[in-house]
Amino acid sequence: MSALTFGKALNAGLRHSMEADSKVVLMGEDIGKLGGVFRITDGLQKDFGQHRVIDTPLAESGIVGTAVGMAYRGFRPVVEIQFDGFVYPAFDQIVSQVAKLHYRTHGQVSMPLTIRIPFGGGIGSPEHHSESPEAYFAHTAGLRVVSPSNPQDAYVMLQQAIACNDPVVFFEPKRRYHERGEVDLDGGMAGPDLGSAVIRRRGTDVTLVAYGALVKTALDAATAAEDDGISIEVIDLRSLSPVDYATVEASVKRTGRLVVTHEAAQTLGLGAEIAASITERCFYHLEHAPVRVTGFDIPYPYSKLEMHHLPDLDRILDGVDRAMDRPNSLSSLEG
Amino acid sequence: MSQPAGHRDEGLIQLIDPSGRRTPNEELDPWVTDVDVDALRGLHTDMVAIRRIDQEGTALQRQGELALWPPLLGQEAAQIGAGRALEDDDFIFPSYRETGLAYCRGVDAEDTLRVWRGNAYSGWDPFGKNMATPQIIIGAQTLHAAGYAMGIKYDGGSQAAITFFGDGATSQGDVNEAMVFAASYQAPVVFFCQNNHWAISEPVELQSNTHIADRPVGFGIPSLRVDGNDVLACLAATRIALDRARTGNGPTFIEAVTYRMGPHTTADDPTRYRDANELDLWAAKDPIERLEKHLAGLGLDTAELQAGAAVVADAVAEKLRKAIIGLQDPQPMDVFENVYSQPHATLDRQREHYALYQQQFADAGSATEGGAR
Ligand SMILES: Cc1ncc(C[n+]2csc(CCOP(=O)(O)OP(=O)(O)O)c2C)c(N)n1
Ligand SMILES: [Mg+2]
Repeated sequence: MSALTFGKALNAGLRHSMEADSKVVLMGEDIGKLGGVFRITDGLQKDFGQHRVIDTPLAESGIVGTAVGMAYRGFRPVVEIQFDGFVYPAFDQIVSQVAKLHYRTHGQVSMPLTIRIPFGGGIGSPEHHSESPEAYFAHTAGLRVVSPSNPQDAYVMLQQAIACNDPVVFFEPKRRYHERGEVDLDGGMAGPDLGSAVIRRRGTDVTLVAYGALVKTALDAATAAEDDGISIEVIDLRSLSPVDYATVEASVKRTGRLVVTHEAAQTLGLGAEIAASITERCFYHLEHAPVRVTGFDIPYPYSKLEMHHLPDLDRILDGVDRAMDRPNSLSSLEG
Repeated sequence: MSQPAGHRDEGLIQLIDPSGRRTPNEELDPWVTDVDVDALRGLHTDMVAIRRIDQEGTALQRQGELALWPPLLGQEAAQIGAGRALEDDDFIFPSYRETGLAYCRGVDAEDTLRVWRGNAYSGWDPFGKNMATPQIIIGAQTLHAAGYAMGIKYDGGSQAAITFFGDGATSQGDVNEAMVFAASYQAPVVFFCQNNHWAISEPVELQSNTHIADRPVGFGIPSLRVDGNDVLACLAATRIALDRARTGNGPTFIEAVTYRMGPHTTADDPTRYRDANELDLWAAKDPIERLEKHLAGLGLDTAELQAGAAVVADAVAEKLRKAIIGLQDPQPMDVFENVYSQPHATLDRQREHYALYQQQFADAGSATEGGAR
């Protein structure tokens, strides 16, 4: 075990995948000499060469489109989108090509791309640098969508994503890049299945589902709630498509209450989908309607306002209070 | 078969060379006959002022007053030359680095900078200044300029649109599509590319296998490749392009060859990817020093010239610092403003709930149970 930052764990995962398979190539803006604006690919061009770590022209549709061509040619491209807000120029290539080619060719062409996207807010960035666009991709059939929450998962899930023959959109919670955790570098890609959720903390009163950066916030909230005698079970979703409903369902059947939190907007977000699916699956076990604690339905606000948009510990606990029928911010609306 | 030109330096249009000498140019000379010593002095003051605003931006970021700052150091001549060629009703579609254009439009420096503090997304009213809000999505603004120019053509206006973007941006589909539209409709638009040689860590050679100015020609758009550190050449080239636009001759592309002397932004560390020698080479072509040498040749005392410009720059800087440091933080409920122009039921409900949530904090002093923790 080694203590690594989230960013270094990703770097180690890329390195491991590149060593294991010579067809793995990295493509993106500023990923070579600079090592990426977040240094996730630091040192890889030096060690693997310019033909494996490819600095691309400044064109996201171009990057993903040429990655599709590379995949046709038998490569396994790992694309870096510099920031969440810059994936949209590539949206057409991702939705119409990457996601659908396997289907459109009756399974003859696979698209083993990994599209890495640093996502989410909380770091005081300018416009278009703090987006949470995961729902667009989870809504798109043919894509797998995942988001690790800690260095160990970052290391393992990235390797699993690269090895996966389906395209994987890999959302990296950028505000956790500098957080440290133990990583089993010798374990390779051994770990829970890429599509599975993991229970991070056992609890009995309410199930709290989070992913990416908010897993840590959710765990902090669970610790804080102990003082009030509330026992929160925290599920790290990890995979947003598919969602591991078996794990969430089993938990909710134990607790009877569900809170889902994400930074992304509420309308048609992961929370909406999970609330609906869990209601279908365990209606008679629910003691309260599922509660969502999410970003608002607004464009990501300028940074002096972002703390009012992002779910934090207090807002999550307010959501827990709602799910628990305890006094909460909306109590005055009842009755 | 014709061959791409690569990035050789011949063919760069210049009116003042790095030693300050006025070099004749048949095509550009007629467009700057009115530029006398006083006018040159004005251009000098402008460049000194925006360099000063830029330095303040970097300093304020270091002091934690700004979250980030994208310096324009080295690009003063391109921005002031272009900016002073424009009429007030020409519409500018800039990127994020066009501090100099905003200055020419009379935008207070604090309004340019407060966006980088995170206090706003837009520092000025685009229609008040005839200048769109800075664009961070690389290249997107070029399509807006082409469309605005189509509008000018269709409603019979006499203005032009001008868009600013970098060398890196020329790789984006949007920029190429903008050229297609502008050429098809012969829209009165000027494409002004500041080739500062770098797109963060990527050299211009990665974006273009030939002079950038060679590419618009393939779209049927004439181009000028000017010395972007020569303010007079940039002024002349922009005047030519604007005149073509106004006289029904459609779009023109200007490649202003310049250099980003600073980091990409204050978050960037260029020592990781570029050679320090390169900076020395370009320092010798500094746009402000060049004009000072030229004016010295015309008999102006450089120290006196600099002192005069410093008075203007100092005043701008002092006002800027006060204004930025004195900025109030926004209010929590501002987060819901301006998403729509009319009420939106879903969002209104979220606003109402968040107001109740905030209320708990206001009541927190007396609260013993529930509410804010
Ligand atoms: C669509 C998009 N992709 C990536 C980025 C990240 N990014 C910001 S500036 C930049 C380089 C731009 O280079 P250039 O166009 O030459 O302009 P310069 O910064 O040199 O003025 C990049 C890649 C972005 N802002 N937008
Ligand atoms: Mg550039």
